[in-house]
Amino acid sequence: MKRHLLSAADLTAEDALLVLDTAEELAQVSARTVKKLPTLRGRTVVNLFFEDSTRTKTSFELAAKRLSADVITFAAKGSSVSKGETLKDTALTLEAMGADAVVIRHSWSGAPVNLASTIRGSVVNAGDGTHEHPTQALLDVFTMRQKLGRVEGLKVTIVGDILHSRVARSNVLLLKTLGADVTLVAPPTLLPVGVDSWPAAYSYDLDSVLPKSDVVMMLRVQRERMGAAYFPSSREYSRRYGLDVDRVSQLQDHTIVMHPGPMVRGMEIASEVADGLRSTIVDQVANGVSVRMAVLYLLLGGSESAIGSASSGASPDGAVE
Amino acid sequence: MTAAPDRPRPGTGDPSAARPVLDAAAISRVIDRMAHELLEKTGGASDVVLLGIPTRGVTLARRLAARVFAFEGHTLPTGSLDITLYRDDLRLKSPRALEETDVPVDGIDGKLVVLADDVLFSGRTVRAALDALADLGRPRAVQLAVLVDRGHRELPIRADYVGKNIPTSLREAVHVQLTEHDGTDAVLLGPAAVTTT
Repeated sequence: MKRHLLSAADLTAEDALLVLDTAEELAQVSARTVKKLPTLRGRTVVNLFFEDSTRTKTSFELAAKRLSADVITFAAKGSSVSKGETLKDTALTLEAMGADAVVIRHSWSGAPVNLASTIRGSVVNAGDGTHEHPTQALLDVFTMRQKLGRVEGLKVTIVGDILHSRVARSNVLLLKTLGADVTLVAPPTLLPVGVDSWPAAYSYDLDSVLPKSDVVMMLRVQRERMGAAYFPSSREYSRRYGLDVDRVSQLQDHTIVMHPGPMVRGMEIASEVADGLRSTIVDQVANGVSVRMAVLYLLLGGSESAIGSASSGASPDGAVE
Repeated sequence: MTAAPDRPRPGTGDPSAARPVLDAAAISRVIDRMAHELLEKTGGASDVVLLGIPTRGVTLARRLAARVFAFEGHTLPTGSLDITLYRDDLRLKSPRALEETDVPVDGIDGKLVVLADDVLFSGRTVRAALDALADLGRPRAVQLAVLVDRGHRELPIRADYVGKNIPTSLREAVHVQLTEHDGTDAVLLGPAAVTTT
């Protein structure tokens, strides 16, 4: 039985399109005076955020509330986690309180998978370490489809700190599933070991890739995950890999510029570009709510999930998977 | 959506084993009459908004609007209202894909909303539609038009415009076929599929 969304790889093309189509209908709700649906009435969604987040946390909270679920948001600070409680015990506590779904953000890659094998409810990965962030990939793809009318065959260029980016990993997997061509661009130090085995091309030279791109996705350099210097200076990084006005002028007319946020203006993206007409940064945030509503509806709305992966661990109620 | 979209009980049977109740000519006459009734009962349908429940309810709404236009030259705002997220049996099966909701630009506030669906059965779809409407605005009044009323209501709901009353048993299924979806216009009555729920 499918009931979790742990990785973008959990989604078949059919699943992903179901999420996107559902999100498209749900987007209308955000335009209404009564922004509320009764669909998840009586269900409890726990947001378990062990890492700082504004966008994703509020987005999931709003999505669950618009579907009438009861939402509890835990931040690691101020919870028993700071007293030394393990992830498993926290999860069991939440389970005992009757959580139907747990949305988890954690600095450990794999924490959601671990949680999924512990609890009965659905687990949604809201970003785990440098591993994955599947709902971000879904909202990015949703935005591409909204702006460009399709995903299949698009040339998507992802630029920046690929090594530490869960957004890049999830996007590569989902875009591959949906038939887009991905090119990763970064300095050699910020490309992961084994990038050759990813279903994407890679390059060290941004300027040669830009004119061919339909989508340019800029990533933040994640200094908080860096123990050492990966490039000589911010200035040098910015000159070689930052998206400035000159580089934007090389783009095709229809090309959009995306950024999952939070962005560092002047570093990976110039302010004029971030606020420019091609930028979809604000659309991405708005679409995030619709996409997360769709994910929660499809995971929790029925007797069993319509999307996602099976539990990797204990099967509740002795159900045959 | 099937002809009997309401419940996890007697499902849709096999249309090939069904016998016709209405043929294309009869359906066309029935829709003509319903359009006339709509005009009569609403005094010219000046503030009517037609909202069809996907999938075949939307087609019925469009056909009613086309007939009203043919009779009086008046274009009724027509849209669709998906009720999936308001269903009371969501938890009984795996989540369904959503259908389109498309409310005419002027909205429904203060309007006379006429809901259209192909088959009226338990009344649960209409109950869900009334909830959905309440979240979209406040109509002056709400009426209901159905092509077939097959009885077996489980809620205090009735239709204002009925194409045809077809007394049925719960062991039977009503299949409404419309050219836009099924390539032919027909209403069939056949045995219900055996359901496992």
